[in-house]
Amino acid sequence: MTSTLKLAARNLLRYRRRTVLTALLITLGVTALLLFVAAAGSFKQTMVGSITDSMLGHLQIHRKGYTASIDNLPLNMSLQANAVSKIESALKADPEVAAYSPRVKLGAMFSNFTENTSIRLNGIDPVAEDAALPGLRDRINDGDKAGALVEPGKVLIPTLLARGMKVKVGDAIVLVVTNASGSVNGKNFTVGGILDPITGPGGRDGYIHINDARELLRMDKPEVMEIAVRLKSIDQLDAVQKRLNAKLDEIQNKEGKPATELHTWSDLSPFANIVRMIDLMTLFIRIMLIAIVLVSVMNVMLMAVYERIREIGTLAAIGTQPSKLMAIFLGEGLLLGLVGAAAGIAISYALVAFLNVSPLIFNFGREKITLYPHLESIEVLGVLGLALLVSALASLQPAWRAARMDPIQALRHV
Amino acid sequence: MALIQATNITKNYRMGDEEVPALKGISFEIGEAAFAAFVGPSGSGKSTLLNLIGCLDHPSSGTLRVNGTDISTLSRSCAATFRGENLGFVFQDFNLVPVLSAYENIEYPLLMVRGWSPEKRRERVLKMIAAVDMSEHAHKRPDQMSGGQKQRVAVARALVGEPRLVLADEPTANLDHETAYRILNLMKTMRDDFGTSFIFSTHDPKIMNEAELTFTLEDGRLQNEGVAA
Repeated sequence: MTSTLKLAARNLLRYRRRTVLTALLITLGVTALLLFVAAAGSFKQTMVGSITDSMLGHLQIHRKGYTASIDNLPLNMSLQANAVSKIESALKADPEVAAYSPRVKLGAMFSNFTENTSIRLNGIDPVAEDAALPGLRDRINDGDKAGALVEPGKVLIPTLLARGMKVKVGDAIVLVVTNASGSVNGKNFTVGGILDPITGPGGRDGYIHINDARELLRMDKPEVMEIAVRLKSIDQLDAVQKRLNAKLDEIQNKEGKPATELHTWSDLSPFANIVRMIDLMTLFIRIMLIAIVLVSVMNVMLMAVYERIREIGTLAAIGTQPSKLMAIFLGEGLLLGLVGAAAGIAISYALVAFLNVSPLIFNFGREKITLYPHLESIEVLGVLGLALLVSALASLQPAWRAARMDPIQALRHV
Repeated sequence: MALIQATNITKNYRMGDEEVPALKGISFEIGEAAFAAFVGPSGSGKSTLLNLIGCLDHPSSGTLRVNGTDISTLSRSCAATFRGENLGFVFQDFNLVPVLSAYENIEYPLLMVRGWSPEKRRERVLKMIAAVDMSEHAHKRPDQMSGGQKQRVAVARALVGEPRLVLADEPTANLDHETAYRILNLMKTMRDDFGTSFIFSTHDPKIMNEAELTFTLEDGRLQNEGVAA
């Protein structure tokens, strides 16, 4: 095996320029793929992290049918206290659940005393929300970041609304709501903070204390519209969803049907489609890498076989088994793929390290995304394996041709 | 028992719809430690006969036994094994592997064909490289060697696996006369030292006189068998 690879390496060095050019092509393909994967992974991680940590949580629980009308923020589809209690028991029993935050969601009229506009509000328990959505605090660009997330009598409003209504932190405003029974109620609030916007549903919502929300809606009982759940690891999402679904199905309505529904962040955010698109693009780039390696290695190996027909004849004549001849050419293709891919991986690691020192910053309108690319070992090994596999496949036909060559014809070749 | 026993061998090649006979019923025997030559003009069937003896091709009819084995019907893989274990080859164009040094070219059959251990290999290669007087050039690659040096390495490569028979197709055709005689003398010395039979083909009358046994071929038939004076 070692001697076969040694001979293969010598043969590759025989046509140094051609070998270097082909290896460079593979290096370029591997580097492009790994950089894309690293950058796209960082983009996905940043975006998903921002959505799950500051807006949606990893999972959300609603009353059955709530999400179908979520745009209207229906007040008559809340989870009742006994259901909330059962849900909380299920959440507390699951070892992978890190925190959860019950919310009262409502639509309101926002007034600065001269102008009115509509606003979507989340009534939150600041401590629970802080634990379940630790990133929400980071979105406060103006206001007290260190204290309670939102105090009673205060409201966190999105930047766009603050600009449009010309209000700033400390200004007094009025929130007016119509409750489930149709009566109108209003309450004075102070702007406690301005929030950076974020892509996705709820990205431009305001936040008030849960007690203020219940007071505005004149709720007698501690009902909630949604419970945002944070997991210890997002990797456990599917497993926890499965477990919780089984438990939540036990909470049934009067008709004996499940009274709640559980959704993952990807069910609720349109960004999940962008993630799928990125994965699709990665697949296409992978296919391009396969094409680059396949064409370049096959081309080199076909030329190598053609140029060495007499040599193949000689080796066959002196007793080299066809399988060994095949191994020599397969070894050449594999080495070519290995060298090209290894160089590509080394360059990718170097570039990723550089990009972590000097990160890529993208501005999407009001949103700024800073990418810190990271290469997962499993991804790198996958790309290396792919390059080697495709190199072997590309060498297979030329190697087979060499092994099947008639020694007499080969020795006569000029 | 004869080393080579050929009985009524024919070989036909197909050229389009036509069958062209290259060998037309040849029978002969060659014993151990022979130094024999197939002689004759181009197209007489010398190379075809060498290819058949060398298990590189199958006769169309007749039987051919080499070292006691009927090689007429060996499969591709068995033929390769037989060649690796029993035969050595010397080619007109030397046919050394360009990326290997003289030492490595000689070592190749032991390493890639016979699978000898490193110590045994080293001992044998050093012995052979000294026998062909190439010890000083062991590290040289073929492009750094003269034609005579290349052919010496080729002879050593042919003999390194201790074959019973070495086949050489026009081994001196690409060498000047002086070098050609040296190579023939080297082959004779190797035959004397190792007891290996040498069969070579040539159409050069001066070279054919060096053979101890000659088989003259003409138009695919054996004209006569002669013993050199």
